Amino acid sequence: MTDPAKPIIQIQNVSKRFGKVTAVDNVSLDINAGEFFVLLGPSGCGKTTLLRMIAGFELPTEGRILIDGQDMAGIPPNKRPVNMVFQSYAVFPHMSVADNVAYGLKIAGVKGGEIKDRVAEALDLVKLGGFGERMPDQMSGGQRQRVALARSLVMRPKVLLLDEPLSALDAKLRAQMQFELSELQEKVGITFVTVTHDQDEALSMACRIGVINKGEVAQLATPSDLYEYPSNRFVADFVGSVNIFEGKLTLDEPDKAAVDCPGVGKIYLNHGVTGPHGADVWIALRPEKIYLHVPGEGKAVKAAAQDAPDGYNFARGKIKGMSYLGDITLFEIELESGARIRVSRPNLSRHDQEDFTWDDKVSMHWRADSPVVLLG
Amino acid sequence: MAEQDWKTSKRTFAAVSLPTLFWVIVFFLVPMAIVWLYSFGENRGLTEIEFSGTLDNYKRATEWLYLTIFGKSFAVAALVTLICLIIGFPVAMAITFASEKWRPWLLLGIMLPFWTNLLIRTYALMMLLGTQGFANKGMGALWEGTSWIKTLVGLQPLPTWEPVQLLFNNFAVVFGLVYVHLPFMVLPLYAALDRLDRSLIEASLDLGAGHFRTIMRIVVPLAAPGIIAGVMITLIPALGAYLTPDLMGGTDSQMIANVIERQFKKANDWPFGAALSFLLIYAMFILIAIQSMRKKVPEVR
Repeated sequence: MTDPAKPIIQIQNVSKRFGKVTAVDNVSLDINAGEFFVLLGPSGCGKTTLLRMIAGFELPTEGRILIDGQDMAGIPPNKRPVNMVFQSYAVFPHMSVADNVAYGLKIAGVKGGEIKDRVAEALDLVKLGGFGERMPDQMSGGQRQRVALARSLVMRPKVLLLDEPLSALDAKLRAQMQFELSELQEKVGITFVTVTHDQDEALSMACRIGVINKGEVAQLATPSDLYEYPSNRFVADFVGSVNIFEGKLTLDEPDKAAVDCPGVGKIYLNHGVTGPHGADVWIALRPEKIYLHVPGEGKAVKAAAQDAPDGYNFARGKIKGMSYLGDITLFEIELESGARIRVSRPNLSRHDQEDFTWDDKVSMHWRADSPVVLLG
Repeated sequence: MAEQDWKTSKRTFAAVSLPTLFWVIVFFLVPMAIVWLYSFGENRGLTEIEFSGTLDNYKRATEWLYLTIFGKSFAVAALVTLICLIIGFPVAMAITFASEKWRPWLLLGIMLPFWTNLLIRTYALMMLLGTQGFANKGMGALWEGTSWIKTLVGLQPLPTWEPVQLLFNNFAVVFGLVYVHLPFMVLPLYAALDRLDRSLIEASLDLGAGHFRTIMRIVVPLAAPGIIAGVMITLIPALGAYLTPDLMGGTDSQMIANVIERQFKKANDWPFGAALSFLLIYAMFILIAIQSMRKKVPEVR
């Protein structure tokens, strides 16, 4: 049993260059034993290259990768204690499902009877019990992915690597597989390292997420920290939807701060920022954290907030765009200065979407603890 | 409708396919039919042939002497195909896994021999393999060199170099046919390997298989359509090879095509030549039929 306190994968100052292109740039990160780790980033950010270096299909140009404390330099993919689920699943088309799952065990020299038991067990685990005799071309994409999962899990690897595991599935199946993968990971207790460009996937499955941008780690955090406390503009913008305003820090005290954003006005915060006075900063504000007032409601809220003038932020504008998404409605609101703010509003009742229409003049407010101040 | 799909418009389809159809009928099917009729004919004088419907030509063609030549032709063609496969598979793999920059040049290298006439290529090979050829001269020089080094260290010199007979024997025929047919094997193999999903190979490595096992259990089975295509496209022309055994073979290395040629020319026995030709064609038909009946490898996309 591996020590849970010790990282199972240590990536130390790893860089990968293809000719003049730097795909991975001096990345260092530790992945803990037993966690569901997600590498999240836009396509071409180097996350897949990083995964392939862990698997051994690419060699780092610089730095080193340790798996369970052992340096992987010079160890080929077939000798590494990791297994991979490929984006295309890579199920061998000329072998039955059972033969696919048994492939690695046969090579490892496991005895016939044990192979049979372990294959059946692995197929049950991915809910494909009884499908052993099927050929891959008789199966759906989702089922083939389960075959690929079973084929890797049957090897009892220290780490399971998954390259964009859900990207080829339709939306419904993807949502279902997100739950199933999390469940599976808890059940088998193997460390999962997944690569994805889909933030929903990352947020819903991960214990921790490493956001990768241009070959570098942009932020390493739990899903909720990543969403609520992004450390830079890239992460704020890439994970979820966000309004970003540029401004100057004009007030910075331990329990309050203010950022003057041209076009939006002064944005108040109920905590200090500890940045130099007058510094250029950015404000990130999630659309769902802005409350849109139905006509007539604004005055009452403003009156109630009179006691705590710094506790709320107010703005006025005109509705320029609406998109009804069923559970929520997205609004694009133009402020008097011409700046635009995105606001989302949950449709709590069945007629909520009828409250507003285009060109309505509206007011809105958000709490002083909602905006995130970004220094870079 | 003017803008109709040619597949759905019968008239367009006919117009497009007519020239090809005409070509196939007039220059292929009709001459073949004439040869086929000859095979049931009898010689009447020097140029006259009577279509008597006799089966004598086929009886003679299935005599032991001719069956052995058929058998030998098959054996030679099969050996040539096997050697082409053994050499061609690694070559095709190397081209498939070469970098984008190199691949077109390597493919060009495979196709380059086609730019030269077969006859010239065959004579070039003969220059290479002759008793005074480059191969013998090279080996002779090595021999003399070894002999000289032996005398230098005080040992007995080697006996004088006797040129090896590389030409005008079965070896030369197989060598020549392999040389000529190798591109026919490499190209379909390359086409099959190029289509192979690389992640299948990586998955095999990932599951603990070494490179050799991955090739034998993943690459070869999945390249089977290409292997079969390459085998057919090599075996069939090798079976009917005429020029190479004629120029490079010895008295005992004639293949069936040489026998057929003799019937049409020196022996002036066209009906018998026609019967031999058709026996060969039937054999090839059977090969193609077997190929088309084999189980298709399912493809997963």
